Amino acid sequence: MGKTTKRVKTPLTRETVKDLHIGDEVLISGTIYTARDLAHARLVEMIKGGGKLPFDAEGSVVYYVGPSPAPDGRVIGAAGPTTSYRMDPFVPDMFKAGMLGMIGKGPRSAEVRQRIIDNCGVYFAATGGAAALLSRSIVKSEIIAFRDLGAEALRRLTVKDMPVIVVNDCYGGDLYKEGVLQYRLRKVFFR
Amino acid sequence: MREIELREISRAVKELSIEANTVANDDLRCALKASIEKEESPAGKAVLNQLLKNQDIAKTEKIPICQDTGFAVVFLEIGIDVRLIGRSLEEAVNQGVRDGYTEGFLRKSILKDPLTQPVNTKDNTPAIIHTAIVPGNGVRITMMPKGGGSENMSRIEMLKPSDGVEGIKDFVLETVRTAGGNPCPPIIVGVGVGGTFDYVAFLAKKSLLRKIGERNADPELAAMEVSWLEEVNKLGIGPAGLGGRVTAMDLFLEVFPRHIATLPVAVNIQCNAARVKTRVL
Repeated sequence: MGKTTKRVKTPLTRETVKDLHIGDEVLISGTIYTARDLAHARLVEMIKGGGKLPFDAEGSVVYYVGPSPAPDGRVIGAAGPTTSYRMDPFVPDMFKAGMLGMIGKGPRSAEVRQRIIDNCGVYFAATGGAAALLSRSIVKSEIIAFRDLGAEALRRLTVKDMPVIVVNDCYGGDLYKEGVLQYRLRKVFFR
Repeated sequence: MREIELREISRAVKELSIEANTVANDDLRCALKASIEKEESPAGKAVLNQLLKNQDIAKTEKIPICQDTGFAVVFLEIGIDVRLIGRSLEEAVNQGVRDGYTEGFLRKSILKDPLTQPVNTKDNTPAIIHTAIVPGNGVRITMMPKGGGSENMSRIEMLKPSDGVEGIKDFVLETVRTAGGNPCPPIIVGVGVGGTFDYVAFLAKKSLLRKIGERNADPELAAMEVSWLEEVNKLGIGPAGLGGRVTAMDLFLEVFPRHIATLPVAVNIQCNAARVKTRVL
């Protein structure tokens, strides 16, 4: 298990991803894209229809977030991660389109964890509930598609040193599993 | 008979919407600080420190603590000696939510039709409104913006009466364990027991209005709260689900008489951005 702080630039390359291990604290800089439930449904529809995505997906990092509106003078409102499992069904197609990284919170399905290994991708967690803090690392935000979805619109963000932690690496590591096992004091039983 | 204009209720709801979403309560801050002392996991400690810093940023920069500014759940306790002046109490509350969420740059997360077209109501209405008529001549308004992530991890179950206290405890622990890192731990666990299928969920929700550390007035139930919280914190989920000692900051138990054939239990999970603000008119 890695335990160091690493700086990572986007778009990701497989070399960069291979250097990431669960537990690594990572500061991400560069361009990332926001999408959550409804935006994913539309993106996957485009991918399945053989259409072109509204952004260059090669090596891309997708951030699961629906930010609050930006008050005057701010780039963006509060912008913390939403729960990732809701996006699990869309992950295989997103990988096919070229995505390499995801930022969200909460565990992924067994299938997604396998796809992360197969595609040499990575899943980062940002701290759920730290939305004001995370917004500070967003230096630019523009809606590039699905404006009608409001908070769920597809945005291109420029981030500088966005703090995340590697939860699923391309070697099959899963910090949620290992972290919890390390601190579990109670036998798990149940009816 | 005291007269209160519905306009005043709208104004209070508007201000409470903004305040609840941007300014963390002292009891939550104290609980997070105490959690830092208890937490053994370095990653867990780092998460807790981020959460405290996040609250400072939200307050000084007047932006939401969490981007999910929730479903507006509003509790109204209306004194029986109050006459409300205006047309519709429901509309007055919704007007307050509309104004608060628009002027406060809060996220609008409500889709008009839950089944078909995902069309946003664009002003975060309607609110969920719980009204009670109580003794007195005041109106007590409590705003709880409730996020979707922690609601998704909440559960309800109609247990068999023979499942007893152990069955209830197991259900609570299983619910928290299954939720894992999803509902943004450290969480607060609201447990309702008794009543009917609908009422038990309300009990669980209502329990989350308590301040962290506030025990049930019944000593036996208070002891259960303490003991179940201890069990929850043995699950190892920890802050952000990365593993650790502090999975929950508190556990509240609210009960109501039950039918001889039923044992309803509801677990309503509250996230680390536990937002509740009250004002009395």
